[in-house]
Amino acid sequence: MSRQAPSHDVLRFLDERLLTNRPLRKALRYVFPDHWSFMLGEVALYAFIVLVATGVFLALFFEPGLDKQTYAGPYAPLAGREVSAAYASTMAISFEVPGGLLIRQTHHWAADVFVVAIVLHMVRVFFTGAFRKPRELNYLIGVTMLALAVFEGFLGYSLVDDLLSGMGLAIAYGVAMSIPLVGGDLAHLVWDGEFPGSAVIESRLYIAHILLLPAALATLIGAHLAMIVRQRHTQFRGPLRAEDNVVGTPAWPGYALRSTGLLLIVAAILVALGGLVQINPIWEWGPYEPWQGTNGAQPDWYLGWLIGALRLMPPVEVVIGGRTVLPNPFFGGVLFPSVVFGVLYAWPWLEQRWLTRDLRRHDLLDRPRDNARRTAAGAAFFAWVVTVFAAGAADRAFLSTGVSYTTQVWVFRVAVFVLPAVVYVVARRVARELALSARALPRAGGRG
Amino acid sequence: MSLPRRLAEAVVVLALIARGRRGRRREEEPVDEGGPEEGRPFLREVGARPGAERAVAALLFASALASVAFVVVFFTGADTQALGIALAAALGLLGAALAVAAAAVVPREQAIERRPRLAHPEAEPPVRRRLATAGEGVSRRRLLGTAGLAAGATLTGALVVPAASLGPAVGNSIAETPWRRGRRLVDEDGRPLLAADVPATSFLTAFPEGADPRELGAPVIVVREDPARLRLPRARRGWAPQGILAYSKICTHAGCALALYRRPLYEPVSQPPGIACPCHYSVFDPRTGGTVLAGPAGRPLPQLPLAVGPDGELRAAGGFSGPIGPSWWGVRET
Amino acid sequence: MVRARGVAVAALACLAAWAPPPASAQPAAQGRVLFLEGCATCHGDDARGLPGQAPSLHGVGARAADFYLSTGRMPLAEPRTTPVRAPPQYMAAERRALVDYVASLGGPGIPDVTPQRGSLAVGFQQFTSHCAGCHQAVAQGGVVPDDVAPSLQQATPRQIAEAVRVGPHVMPAFPESQIDRHELDSIVRYVLSTRSPPDRGGWGLGNLGPIPEGMVAWLLAGAALLIVLRLLGERSRP
Repeated sequence: MSRQAPSHDVLRFLDERLLTNRPLRKALRYVFPDHWSFMLGEVALYAFIVLVATGVFLALFFEPGLDKQTYAGPYAPLAGREVSAAYASTMAISFEVPGGLLIRQTHHWAADVFVVAIVLHMVRVFFTGAFRKPRELNYLIGVTMLALAVFEGFLGYSLVDDLLSGMGLAIAYGVAMSIPLVGGDLAHLVWDGEFPGSAVIESRLYIAHILLLPAALATLIGAHLAMIVRQRHTQFRGPLRAEDNVVGTPAWPGYALRSTGLLLIVAAILVALGGLVQINPIWEWGPYEPWQGTNGAQPDWYLGWLIGALRLMPPVEVVIGGRTVLPNPFFGGVLFPSVVFGVLYAWPWLEQRWLTRDLRRHDLLDRPRDNARRTAAGAAFFAWVVTVFAAGAADRAFLSTGVSYTTQVWVFRVAVFVLPAVVYVVARRVARELALSARALPRAGGRG
Repeated sequence: MSLPRRLAEAVVVLALIARGRRGRRREEEPVDEGGPEEGRPFLREVGARPGAERAVAALLFASALASVAFVVVFFTGADTQALGIALAAALGLLGAALAVAAAAVVPREQAIERRPRLAHPEAEPPVRRRLATAGEGVSRRRLLGTAGLAAGATLTGALVVPAASLGPAVGNSIAETPWRRGRRLVDEDGRPLLAADVPATSFLTAFPEGADPRELGAPVIVVREDPARLRLPRARRGWAPQGILAYSKICTHAGCALALYRRPLYEPVSQPPGIACPCHYSVFDPRTGGTVLAGPAGRPLPQLPLAVGPDGELRAAGGFSGPIGPSWWGVRET
Repeated sequence: MVRARGVAVAALACLAAWAPPPASAQPAAQGRVLFLEGCATCHGDDARGLPGQAPSLHGVGARAADFYLSTGRMPLAEPRTTPVRAPPQYMAAERRALVDYVASLGGPGIPDVTPQRGSLAVGFQQFTSHCAGCHQAVAQGGVVPDDVAPSLQQATPRQIAEAVRVGPHVMPAFPESQIDRHELDSIVRYVLSTRSPPDRGGWGLGNLGPIPEGMVAWLLAGAALLIVLRLLGERSRP
């Protein structure tokens, strides 16, 4: 054949078999809008990649079993203790496998940062109105991925069968039991009997954590990205930018290099944390036994809103006709997260119906000030969740500040109603003021 | 030079010339540049910024060094902090190199493309028509529809049914604890507990003899109170021989172990005795039969009746006063 | 006048710290003077306590007095407030005198404790079973609503042993029948070990669990990532 540049041969080879030239041409020229906040979703994606890579390593050493053995590793305070295979293998990863602790801690930090990135990304999407038509479906996928990421993280650290995560699993059982009508049977189905369940619960957690949820997440990520490509990314208003075009950096070479660089930098930050900042030192907690507990037990940060809700709720149980229809954990553990996610899921339509009456398609983004009521509602909602979240750390705050725990609980119970209302009013005012002042001054290519 | 040598040279030179000629001859193929829905640069800055290329090269070499350092550290003790720094440096420097290359070495471009038109309502009628052909000539639609629904729904239901074997129905299992009348209390090591072993000033954890200690209904917390200060429900008057009380150690809120015991040294200036939970800080009163003093628990702590055997050993005198563990639908008492 | 005499005796007691200890009756007498001055307002002149204010000190023994005085929990500035660790108000010699006085009222002596003879493994297990529920798994302190179970990072081996036996404020008191000498040595040894945790993973964040970890995720990683994005994302404007 022809003797031109080698890339020509490869391209010709692929095109004649797979019809790649046209899609490649489009892909290489694909335009990425430039704003820095659009990369938050990428950060989440790259954290996910780090999770999978480190997870594969861990899975090659972790033993998902609950059968007891006598600890025989190098950590002296645990000598002679009865621990499960899951705990013992995690101790071995941490103390005996070269690089094991680095990978394990990188994996755990990646999980924490994964959810941080998703939340920041969701906040950006919300306050810029990127969820509006035609992107409602993609937004729903995003909210689902947030829920899955939180659940996946909980499953992951619960696999280790240490005292801290075991207490968390007991609470999960209590919350499952509190679901009206079906809770008892549901919890006993999942745990194969009464908590702590039979040995099979560890297998179920493991399979969910390494196969079922990662597969679901990967599929949803694929759909999420495919939809973005199909619809093209949104962009802020600015020179040359209109509803029917996209202005930014082409995929090749600029954005590909930048994005790959970001992947490596995210990985670098996570590995740096994994090597330099200790996380989940299970040897300090010891193995789990259902009759033991430790003070200061907390879930990982992204479940702090639930422990706050469970602690804030007054001792109400709804008993009708001799049956406990609504046990107490239902309110904090089932109702509260259902309301939060319900509002998140419904928001595009709630906004259409009650706030904007706007059914048009939007590809240009709002700045937060451009829709004061949405901004205020979002800020108030966020303040509500954050208040409940903060209540979960009230015991630690008591130790640091001396303000009594009971007093704090009452203050938080009031704040949960008052603070969102105040934040709503203030945020709406600020947004309106900013919008007015922006209109008064000549626009200098404002890009949000 | 020899003749074979000269001939070989000539062949090589001719081949090179022929190759060059072929390269210069343009391929007679049409070029398809794509439509307006593909990005076109409208602003280009070509040429590396001063020092950028060297910076990128330096970053790349530094990254390489860090990778080597990682391997060295791995085989010389694999200290977690050193490994982390080396690997993070290798990744981060490479990432920085790419970022600088994107910002200052390769051409910096701004491009514009048209968004694809997302809606094609004109294509809808043919779709509807094609979909409708499934029903052309089909007369018994309602019959087929009903039958199809029946088949689909029942199959879906049937496929879900095996999930029931994941675990047992909750049934009466929670009320069935390992405690029986006459069963001895033992400590974590299986040694029987004597009444005399129970101090007046602290708490013990005990289990039913011979049972699996990990069962939720097994662990109890045992304390001793002054009998004169007990205010147990009337039906439980005999449940606390010598003032020794036993309660389920599992919180009735969400199932954590009640690992806290508040025992005032001098009661008039302190809070009263309480058995508390570290998870959400429910507090139960041992003197009044486990009533809730504080926190979100909605149900009192189940009490185990005790008896002291002739040998001084503590034995259960029956089952718990109520269901143990977290409340659920089937719990009938408050 | 009583006050002036009390001050003079206190000064003498300080000086006495440099002199060889006199016969046992003497410190108790000195202690009684100090007691009358600093403790009797709540505990009564006869040390039998004042109802609703403070308990009797008859039978509590040297171990209780030594614990409360050496950790500065007593004397309480205000009655009925929660005793907290503070710099001791009395000098060592004065404390000894007061302890001797309280010991003369009867009760157990100061416990012997030799942490080196304890076992770390036994100590960790015992601590988890008896102590971690209030004091947290690595003795960083915790909440017993609405009181504080303090961090044990400052307590001396003797103070830990005393607290275990005395059960100060709202803490249970564990007798020897429940925690024997070897177990007590082990618990103390374990608590001491929590002051230098191995922290193989790097910066220990106070060994407090997921709360500081979450803060790092947001304030360190989150902040770093936002900075990186700002650096990467601001491109040339058209």
